[in-house]
Amino acid sequence: MNNYSKWQTTLLVALRMLIGWHFLYEGIHKLLHPQWSSLGYLAEAQGILSGLAQWMISNANVLNTVDFLNTWGLTAIGLGLILGLFTRIASFAGAGLLMLYYLMNPPFIGMAPSGPMEGNYLLVNKNLIEAITLLLLAAFPAVQRYGLDSLRKNHKKKS
Amino acid sequence: MTPENNAGRRNLLKALAGIPVLGALGFQVFRQMKYNDKHNLQKQIIKELGLEDLMASVKPIKESSGDLIRLGIAGFGVRGPQLAAALGFMEKSQFANALENGSLDAQIKYGNFNIAITGICDVFDLHAEKGLVTAQHDIHTQGEFAGKHPVKRYRHFHEMIADKNIDAVIISTPDHHHAQMTIDAIQAGKHVYCEKSMIRREEEISKVYDAVKNSKLVFQMGHQIPQNAVFQQGKEIIRRGLLGKISQIETCTNRNSKDGAWIRHLDKQGNPKPGDTRSIDWKQWLGSSPDVPFSIERYYGWARYFAYDTGLFGQLFSHEYDAVNQLLGIGIPTTVVSTGGQYFYKDFGDIPDVMNTNFEYPDKELSLTYSANLASSQFRPRTIYGKDASMTIGAQLTVTPDGSSERYAGMIEKGLIDPSSPMLEILKVSDTMEAVDAVSSATTRYYASRGLTTTSIDGQEWDVTHLHLKEWLDCIRHGGKTSANIDKAYEEGVTIAMADISYREQCRTHWDPVNRKIIRAS
Repeated sequence: MNNYSKWQTTLLVALRMLIGWHFLYEGIHKLLHPQWSSLGYLAEAQGILSGLAQWMISNANVLNTVDFLNTWGLTAIGLGLILGLFTRIASFAGAGLLMLYYLMNPPFIGMAPSGPMEGNYLLVNKNLIEAITLLLLAAFPAVQRYGLDSLRKNHKKKS
Repeated sequence: MTPENNAGRRNLLKALAGIPVLGALGFQVFRQMKYNDKHNLQKQIIKELGLEDLMASVKPIKESSGDLIRLGIAGFGVRGPQLAAALGFMEKSQFANALENGSLDAQIKYGNFNIAITGICDVFDLHAEKGLVTAQHDIHTQGEFAGKHPVKRYRHFHEMIADKNIDAVIISTPDHHHAQMTIDAIQAGKHVYCEKSMIRREEEISKVYDAVKNSKLVFQMGHQIPQNAVFQQGKEIIRRGLLGKISQIETCTNRNSKDGAWIRHLDKQGNPKPGDTRSIDWKQWLGSSPDVPFSIERYYGWARYFAYDTGLFGQLFSHEYDAVNQLLGIGIPTTVVSTGGQYFYKDFGDIPDVMNTNFEYPDKELSLTYSANLASSQFRPRTIYGKDASMTIGAQLTVTPDGSSERYAGMIEKGLIDPSSPMLEILKVSDTMEAVDAVSSATTRYYASRGLTTTSIDGQEWDVTHLHLKEWLDCIRHGGKTSANIDKAYEEGVTIAMADISYREQCRTHWDPVNRKIIRAS
């Protein structure tokens, strides 16, 4: 457990909180803009999940549910990562959500992005990197020591 | 402090390490919201223009109620079924499609008019049969209601209007029947909803006008644009003088398909559509127009022949004129000059494909132009030019300040607005526009772009034709004035006749307001 230097642990925890910040703000932004909808994004979906995306936008009730789950999912994952509460679950959930985004619009050959992008990608993009980073955090239990999980675990140990 | 205590405290601090980060994020979100609010240009502009109450200009939609109204529909070709659908009557397959794409949601929830279609009149057996099936399927009752009110086919319009089981008629026949049918229906005591264009020839205008004016019956022309919420807001913006003195109005038509040019006698496979002298009462279809042998091109493409219509004027300029007349109340022009030619589809009919017409209003110090092209679909908006700002209005509305405007000089100087882009945009909040792009024909897109298909009011998507029919039915039950009433129809009829004569006789036409006559000048 104490195999990491302070420097290594600090950087891992900082990484966890930065990704948490990113998730939480994405969630808050959508909450503050109730007119936001994933309709536009899903309508542009390409590749293996485009059928799923089409189904999601085919019906207003499904779309509303998707929007609700996405907004609150992002918010909950963000809170979990920043506070270090249920960190492993939040990490896996976050990675899953990012992989979903990745596969909805993958930077594969022959799948040109529909809108302007802030960079150029081939197979690898920031969604993929962030997803793998979350898995990496889940693989290092040390990051959980800086967070509410440590209280949960201590409590469990004591009781 | 014992080392154990010290370690406990350190662990607690570690456990709470996320709290300051959360606090920092909360603080930054708060700062950003404050910044966005302060820099919300749209809000500031609306405040400076005094338009915070603009939504109040949109007519609220109240539920229709009252005794049953029994309708007869004359003409069930293209527009007839659309009007029936707007009233809530459609074939089962059409209903299933509409349910799936959500276009009927508001109508099903709030749009029960308590009406029955009890008469269908069409000279073509196939269309009449389609009408009979449609009339029996009311979307509100899934057909149960219609069973109580049997629907009858009439082979002649006179039989339908003589029937006591009909209270009101909808006329959606080819244009050459509109005037006489309206007169006959009014004289038979029926309320009339008549599709545009009301007239084909000048001499018909006064006859229809007198017949309707001398009756207490309710008349509505098929110009649905006043029901569009965007349009109502545009009218209010103009009323408040935000454009400054208006000197010119530009209206246009751009379509580029055979369907858009009314060449419609072939199906998708290129085979002639159904219909022959056995199934179509050709003599009755011709009516008072010159006797010619049966022609499938004429039957489906009548709008291309001056014998049955005024072409672009009656079909499409009529909507443009109505939009402008409803917005500005410009009335009848003093002079009209129209030129153009049949430059593209030379094998069908005699109407022009390209047309430029100027309507002068010296008393109002403004000029209206209509420029149409049936061989290019390059979009041109309907534009109203004012000294201080210009407005485009169709499915959406924009107001762009003029760089030389004194009225907006201060706002431009402050950097609040910029003459190179609109200072006000009212977009129809609707995903139906996307649906239109994806699934419908170029002709449907044309109508949508001119504001003639759907509108969004109180978060509901409405078919504007539905609202227009509703206004007519509400006036029949409770009195009141329709938007596209006979006065508006008269002004439009004269204006179209002036343009039509100018084009066909290659002359300038004048309006004599004293003798109420069109004068030809060389």
